[in-house]
Order: sequence, then C-alpha cells, then structure tokens
Amino acid sequence: MAQEAPSSGGSSRTLTMARAGREAVIAEMRKDPNIFVIGEDIAKLGGVFGTTVGMADEFGAQRVVDTPISETGFIGIATGAAMAGMRPIVEIAFVDFIGVCFNAIFNFAAKTHYMSGGQFKVPMTMMIGYGGGYNDAAQHSQCLIGTLAHVPGIRIVTPADAHDAKGLMHTCLRDDNLTIWMVHKAIWGLGWLGTAIKTAMATVPEEEYTIPFGKARIWREGTDVTLVGYGITVHHSLQAAEKLAAEGISAEVLDLRTIVPMDRDAIMKSVTKTGRVVVADEDYMNCGVTAEVLATIAERNPKALKAPAVRVANPDVPVPFSRPMENFALPDADKIVAAAIATLKS
Amino acid sequence: MKPTPQQRIWMYEAMLKSRRFDDAVFQAYWEGKKPVFHMGKGPLPGEMHQSFGQEPTAVGICVHLGPDDAVGAGHRPHHVAIARGVNLERMAAELFGKKTGLSGGRGGHMHLYDNSVNFFCSGIIAEGMGPGAGMALARKMQKKPGIAVAYNGDGAVNQGAFHEVMNMAALWKLPFVCVIEDNKYAVSVTTQESTVVPAWKRAAGYDCPGEYVKGNDPDLIFEAAARAVQHARDGKGPAILELETERLHGHFIGDSAGYRSKDEVAAQKDPIPLYRKRLLDEKVLTTTAMEALEAKVQQEVDAAMKFARDSEYPAPNEALQRVFA
Repeated sequence: MAQEAPSSGGSSRTLTMARAGREAVIAEMRKDPNIFVIGEDIAKLGGVFGTTVGMADEFGAQRVVDTPISETGFIGIATGAAMAGMRPIVEIAFVDFIGVCFNAIFNFAAKTHYMSGGQFKVPMTMMIGYGGGYNDAAQHSQCLIGTLAHVPGIRIVTPADAHDAKGLMHTCLRDDNLTIWMVHKAIWGLGWLGTAIKTAMATVPEEEYTIPFGKARIWREGTDVTLVGYGITVHHSLQAAEKLAAEGISAEVLDLRTIVPMDRDAIMKSVTKTGRVVVADEDYMNCGVTAEVLATIAERNPKALKAPAVRVANPDVPVPFSRPMENFALPDADKIVAAAIATLKS
Repeated sequence: MKPTPQQRIWMYEAMLKSRRFDDAVFQAYWEGKKPVFHMGKGPLPGEMHQSFGQEPTAVGICVHLGPDDAVGAGHRPHHVAIARGVNLERMAAELFGKKTGLSGGRGGHMHLYDNSVNFFCSGIIAEGMGPGAGMALARKMQKKPGIAVAYNGDGAVNQGAFHEVMNMAALWKLPFVCVIEDNKYAVSVTTQESTVVPAWKRAAGYDCPGEYVKGNDPDLIFEAAARAVQHARDGKGPAILELETERLHGHFIGDSAGYRSKDEVAAQKDPIPLYRKRLLDEKVLTTTAMEALEAKVQQEVDAAMKFARDSEYPAPNEALQRVFA
C-alpha cells in the first residue's frame, strides 16, 4: 500500500494542511462505514482547527460525533469501539489536553494490543494540534511529542506540509494501530493565525496516496551541515538554509516526518555526508526528540560527526506568554543559523 | 424474573469454579515466597487480587449474557472471567506467565483478554468504563445485537472516567450496564469514608435506572441483572447495578487487612456454602449430583493448573512482539 504521490495522471491543487488532511479523512470515510470522528466541537463548528468542516453535513451526527468535554471518557469509548471493529478518529484540538486523558491513551489504548497478545487491535487515529508562537502561554502551546513518543505502542506522524498531511493521514487511517497525526498550529493553515506559511502549502494530488511510516524526507540537499527537524522546524530550517547559502554554507534539510518510527537510516546517511548536525525542535529539549536523534548518531557511528552536534529546542521552560520571552524559548531560523555556524566553526 | 433450576446450577458451578481456581492459585502463589515474602518470586509472581467472596456478582450478571455481548473486568477479574467462559487453561497459563497463556504471558492476572468471548480487563481503576461503553457504541453503530458490561469496584465511582462515561452512555443511549461491586473497601478505605452518594443513586444524575442489591445473593443479583440487561437490550440506554459483596481476603495476597476489625471480619459470610445449602434444601440438586458437579469442577481446575505448570515459558525475546499489529 505504501507509495508516494502519483507522478502522472490526475489533477492537483495547492492546499493548506487542514484541507489536505480533511480530504484524506473524507475519502476514507466514504469507503469505510466503520470510520467515525469523535471529539469536541467537530460537528457544527467543524473542529477548532477546521479539520472536520462540512463533514457532519455529509456523514451525519452518527459519524461526526460532538462530545462533552470528557477526554478520558471519549478516548476510552473510542478505544473500546476500535477493539470491537470500528475505526475511530479522535480529535484532541490541543495536545496540552492529553494531561487530562493520558491514562486512557498510554495505559489502555497503547497497550491493549500488546497486553492481549495481539487478540485485540486498536485501529484508532488521533488528530492533534501542537505548538506555540502566538502567545497562548504554557497550557496551550506545548508540543509534547517527546512525551507521547516515549510510550510504546503509538505511531506518531508529524507532517510538515499539505502533501504529507494527506498522505500520512491515509496511512494512519489504514493502519491497525493507535496512530497520532499531529500538526503544528502555525503551519496548519488556520484562519486565525494570519497568512499560511507558504512552504507548508503544497500541491496535493486529488488521488489517494499514502506515505510510509518511518521514511524521512530531504527537503533540500546540502553538503556542509544537516539540519534535522519536523513540522514547523522544517520551515525554520529551510529559512536557515537560505540564509546559510548566502554565506556560502550548504545545508541539507531533513524532515523526520514520522517520529515513531524514526528513519534512523536517513539521519545517518545525511550526517555521514555532511559531518555536522543541528537538530531543531520546538518541544522541550530534555529527553526529547533532539536527544533521540543524537543518540542514534552516537550509537550507530559517532565518528560520522566532525564537530559536536547542536540542539535548538525549548530550553526546558514552560512556554512563556510575553512575546519577547516566548520568542526566546522557541526555535527560529536565526537560532538554527547560529547553531549551524557554531558547529561549522568548532 | 427468577432463575430456573438450570440457571441456578450454572451459577453455582461458575462460582465454585472461581473459588476452586482461587484456592489453587492461593496455594501455588506461596511457592517460592517463604520464608521471606517477595512478590516477584515463585511460579506465580506479581500482585494477585483474588475474588474470594465476590463470586455472586459475576455469575448473577453473566448468566444473562450471550456470545454477542462484551464484558470488561477490573484488577480483580478471576470470577468475572470464569463466569464469562474465558478458557480456564489459557487463563491459568497467563497467570503463570506462560507462552500458552491468553496473551502469551504479556498481560498477567490483571490483564486477561479473551477475544473469543469479548472479554477484556483493565488494571487501572475505572479505566474499563470507556472501553466497555465503546464496545456498546460499536454494537449500536454497526447495528449488531449485544450489550456491553463493565465491572468496577466501589472505589472506581470516584474516578472521573466513571462520570464521563456514564454521562455519554446515557446521552447516546448505549446498550451498556455498569456493574459496581461494593465490597466495602477500596484497598483500605471504606466506601463510607470515600463516597457521599453511592453509584446506584447517582444513576438519577444520568437519568438511567440504578439499583442496589443487598446480600451478595446470586438469586437476588440474577433478578436485578435481568432488569438492567433487558433495559440495555431494549435500546433504552445504560443502567447502573450496584451489588453488595464481600472481600473475604485482603486487597491482594500478602495484605493481612489489619485495617479491618475482628468483629467485622467474623461477621462476613461466605456466599458459596450458603448457596450450596440452599440448592440442596430446595432440592435443586441431590447430594449425589452436587458432589459429582463439585468433583467435575475440581478436575477442571486441576487440569488447568497442570496445563499452566507444564507449559513452556515464552522465549525472552518474544517480549519484542505484538507492540504493533
């Protein structure tokens, strides 16, 4: 089933990530009556992030189910429905809210297949928004991807553009495991966050296509330094690569695309070529995705690096509200540029 | 609706099977754990929450269920699993951590799953509520027959999941029965100390039927369960059935329950000899038939324990399998 976008035939348009993801959901729902969406504000409102706009009209309230504010309850209910043959999609608008339902996710949904020895599958996809940069402060700006990735039994995908948003959504919806499709709010294409980042919009084929789990994407080839990121830090890295190019530095931009599983071969291939690496992540630094990337290099071939690696991530502070402090805590292109120059000088 | 003689015999047999199984497990549990108690030692390692005294709650409900229905139990699941018809040999093997166990040794006694009878557990208090109601939702969405039953202890009703799920189950009229086993203790804290309004009364808050059954009596539980199960089958939504029961042992093997008074413990009644006597007094079974049934049950339990002991352990690296489908 795994395949990239068809190279010929059919038409395509430029879409936001929200529309591209929704397109995949609608296509799968039309084919499979066992798929339903459940979450807060998804029917009449169409989702806080517009992921389900118009779907209640097509599929009805039975398949686009507005819930009370009861995340523990409806994640548990969706899990049971999945164990009994349904294929639920659960929306949690802000990843920060997993604080109130983490038990249902990591003690039950993620472990049921294993603890039942494979007797019960949990084919369930969660759609979750993450990230800051718009002054929503510490309870609505987190990434928590490292937190989720720490728990076995969950596949986590983090598309960086509309093309990958659609392809990875198809892949998630066809998988028989608990999958989490996570999009950074700033690249989703939300009406209330200004103009969409251009590099996150993409030409999206109308046909269905899937993108395999665990396959990274090289957005820009380079020879001097590898910039590893996912989601929004791919776009920061692309900007950084432009700035570095102006200074004669050739940066390769590697998008992890899926965090679990992680494409460790792609990381090694790139850093073996460049010899230098900067890992950028908006999530907390401590024990996070950046550490996992560097651990991979340390385990597989520490000699691949000609210079110490540099991490650009949240310096382990709750995301501050005030603009100057938030900007300080979050990664951006300039910080990645500085990191790249630092590793090139050392 | 009162149980037929056949149903009463079935209930007695399932209660006895659970008891004899727990007896055998209790005995085996201490192997390798003396003179110094270490929970991780011996052929039956880990925490062990047994069902001594709570057998009536399992049989009084499960006697009404068929193959289309689903059942979720909690951290004290043996009696419910057995009444639901979970394969006893594979269940015993799971407790021993053997390859032939229900989950190949990945679950253990608090996490028994048997897909062939739609049975699951959750060792986290009240966390079976959502999945139970979700199985009810799947039946409703797929227009399939069947209801789902989730077992919880009296301590579970103060978890958020209890309220969240009951509200949605009622809102969406799910074919769901929430069973609360009131064994009067959440580990060491009594129901009185933890709960202002008991679960069955809270049913009013969900506009659904709620009933409390006193006495830990299979025949009385049977009658109340018939009403709750029928309500769910009729598409009228969920029901809460709270059952007085007795925890005759500690919270787990090794808990001496020093927090209970001697008088209180002395006043506890074992439901199994009581029911046995009733079936004999009311001539539901002759003494000969009773003894034959008891011998059969013992044989079955012995065979299950032997199967478990004789089975191989999984290869260590089987730990890596089944994380993902």
